[in-house]
Amino acid sequence: MRVGILVNPLAGLGGRVGLKGTDTAEIAARSLALGAIPMAGARMALALRALPREVTVLAPAGAMGEAAARAAGFSPRVVGEPAGVTTADDTVRLARAMVRQGIDLLLFAGGDGTARDVLVAIEREVPVLGVPAGVKMHSAVFGATPRAAGDLAGRFLHGRAATVAVEVMDIDEAAYRVGSVSARLYGYLLAPYAEDVVQGVKIGGGRSDCLALASIAEAIAQAVEPDRLLLLGPGTTVRAVAERLGVVKTLLGVDLVRHGAMVAADANEQAILRALSDGASATVVVSPIGGQGFILGRGNQQMSPDVIRRVGLGNIVVTATEAKLAALHNQTLRVDTGEADLDHALAGYRRVITGVGIVAVCRVA
Amino acid sequence: MTAFHAARWNEPLIQELSEAGARGIIPPATDPAIMQAAGDVLSRLPKALRRAAPPALPEVTQHRVVRHFTRLAQMCMGFDVTTDMMGTCTMKYSPKVHDHVARDHRLADVHPLQDPETIQGVLEILYRFNRMMCAIAGMDEFTFQPGSGAQGIYTNACIIRAYHAARGDQARRNEIITTAFSHPADAATPAVAGFKVITLMPGAMGYADVGALQAALSERTAGMMLTNPEDTGQYNPHIREFVDLVHGAGGLCAYDQANGNPLLGIARAGDAGFDLCQFNLHKTFSAPHGAVGQGCAAVGVREPLRRFLPKPVVTFDGERYGLDVDRPDAIDKIRAFLGNVQTVLKAYAWVMSLGADGLRAVAETAVLNNNYMLNRIRAIPGVAIPWPANTYPKLEQVRYSWEPLFQETGVASAEIEDRLVDFGVQHYMTSHVPMLVPQPFTLEPGESLTIAEMDAMVAALRAIAEEARTTPERVRSAPHNASIGRIDGEIPHDPATWAFTYRAYLRKRSAWSGPRSPRATRKHGGY
Repeated sequence: MRVGILVNPLAGLGGRVGLKGTDTAEIAARSLALGAIPMAGARMALALRALPREVTVLAPAGAMGEAAARAAGFSPRVVGEPAGVTTADDTVRLARAMVRQGIDLLLFAGGDGTARDVLVAIEREVPVLGVPAGVKMHSAVFGATPRAAGDLAGRFLHGRAATVAVEVMDIDEAAYRVGSVSARLYGYLLAPYAEDVVQGVKIGGGRSDCLALASIAEAIAQAVEPDRLLLLGPGTTVRAVAERLGVVKTLLGVDLVRHGAMVAADANEQAILRALSDGASATVVVSPIGGQGFILGRGNQQMSPDVIRRVGLGNIVVTATEAKLAALHNQTLRVDTGEADLDHALAGYRRVITGVGIVAVCRVA
Repeated sequence: MTAFHAARWNEPLIQELSEAGARGIIPPATDPAIMQAAGDVLSRLPKALRRAAPPALPEVTQHRVVRHFTRLAQMCMGFDVTTDMMGTCTMKYSPKVHDHVARDHRLADVHPLQDPETIQGVLEILYRFNRMMCAIAGMDEFTFQPGSGAQGIYTNACIIRAYHAARGDQARRNEIITTAFSHPADAATPAVAGFKVITLMPGAMGYADVGALQAALSERTAGMMLTNPEDTGQYNPHIREFVDLVHGAGGLCAYDQANGNPLLGIARAGDAGFDLCQFNLHKTFSAPHGAVGQGCAAVGVREPLRRFLPKPVVTFDGERYGLDVDRPDAIDKIRAFLGNVQTVLKAYAWVMSLGADGLRAVAETAVLNNNYMLNRIRAIPGVAIPWPANTYPKLEQVRYSWEPLFQETGVASAEIEDRLVDFGVQHYMTSHVPMLVPQPFTLEPGESLTIAEMDAMVAALRAIAEEARTTPERVRSAPHNASIGRIDGEIPHDPATWAFTYRAYLRKRSAWSGPRSPRATRKHGGY
């Protein structure tokens, strides 16, 4: 059992001093000047204390992992070291180095920014679990607490937790500081999954999630007429639908499909509008972002207000597993198309396909 | 909190107690006169039905058999041994005298195929109890045939289907509407009956609102099947409007009253406009509940649906009781014969002993007890009461959340549940799935418990929450004082580790010897 650990020593600094995040070196310096205390290493050590003793820990030198491992009583195998003040480049480079040396799991302490760096570095090569230590943690890769993350890591290493693809989200910090939230879907990491342990995705997963996705795919395949142009939104739920239709879907893109064949993969707004220009009837298939509930305007901005109006508000099929709906606050769906009038028209109540013969009715706000 | 320790017997399986030649009972030889009159009965059995060798039954002395089952019983945390306030189940005390009456030979010895003329007393009880239930629910006729709550709800689904079929509208009306916090059987049984199921999600108040229902209604609506109060203990005050909207769309309304305890003598399904309803006699009406044994659902309908009730229906002509089996519109039988008549008798005895005022007192006491517990549990650090916008009093139960404690300590609700055993509480309900409330627990004290028992429960929850902060391993490794330690939660999900017969046990037990972590992962919230 080999675990690579990675601490972003600057993670979370901006939080307590009210700077919203720590994405740039300048913010980190300002935070430290304002009296912020680095906590990520201590939180990683908390998580590591929950790991079985026989685990081999790989870690970058010093504050990026080694110190936390030693604090938790491990003698880590040191893999590289940061170049001076730690940066995103260090995260990427050292994560890759540990994967090359062979690890079963990468445990990182940080926030959404660190999760994005990890995504860039290793995508879904090895499972990844986040120890919550950042200011923003919209991504579904984090354990609810450091202890819970360590527990889950232990379960996974003992072969007692499955893995699922989870969203890596982040918000634009500059915009956030001036009060506007605009979250983006950056991609998917592979994370260990066990009930009650991963933040934001409280139930489902594993075997039952596979069955639920198959049921959703079957229900939508039965419901859509093959001659309609299908606009398939991003994510693993809609990807399962595409697979049932015989199409290999891009995970992050909006793909256009007709008669079970790909018309355009990862289409942008202009390509979608061109495909719609021949007057063909079309259906949008989207699934809410896990934990947040956005069905439009997060990760699928290609489906612009023009696209949505052209397809028609009645031709938007929303689908999600019951587990995904369960994890949404008050089971409420959200839209943020960028046009208030359109958002208003989309608000109300909407049917959500949860499987063959089963539908949920959710509020759209 | 008094210290608790369950009995812990190292008791083998009954088969493992077998000793060749040991006997529990040696039946007397057949009387020669009977032998002569009957002739050689065994030789008339068809050859194919005869065993070549006797079955491998265990050979055990009588006192060892008694000891065996007494020990097993002592290791069970039943209501007679410990407190139980498992939510969504209306656990309550079942008076012993009712068990005694139900064991009477005049009922126990009745054969289901006996001529109705010879069971007039049994039929009288069924008929009289039917009229009582009609008065309690505002319905016109009941059946007691279903053998479980879910079977009763399935009966509702079948009656809704039969109603639309009789109007030639079954093909079009194929959607049943339910709510997220109704019992899962309100979604599952219409699916079994061939309907599509639409689930209304709760809003900020914790129950579905009128807008959600309107979005679900259409010309395909066959009906609505829901509980109210839902599993959260919250009453949907828009229920009358719900019923009217469904009727306006051409659907029927079925009231799942498994959570009927808080409404006895207070509100009636019929008065709210419902067309049919169902109670669990083994919950609200005090017949023993648990071990998945001898349940009975009472399914009631208004006059227009009477013809669809399964046969037989008990009749009374002013002098004699009879069985009406000439019912061409009836749905298929849900269960053989008249159902679990002993359970009906226990419920009948319970209602007779309480009277109308007593039933109302049950509801009022259950609601008061629940709100007493709510106000004490609210003060435990680490507990959240979901849907803070909903400030109505709860009815008979509350769905609580340990989410703040979980965020603080990483200790989960299922782990706290296991630790409760050490405090002499057998179980709490977490939640039905999907778990919309994070780290849920659901308590329903009912009317039977004393204030001291409720205080002890609150003290136990408070003590465990404190342990989660100071000695979390004590919670995570619980139970410590139970008959057995924590069971591997994977076992019920792996066919290789199931055995429902001794033969299967012998075949599979080698698979159980491998290393297994003692840690459990809960997969569902119980039933």
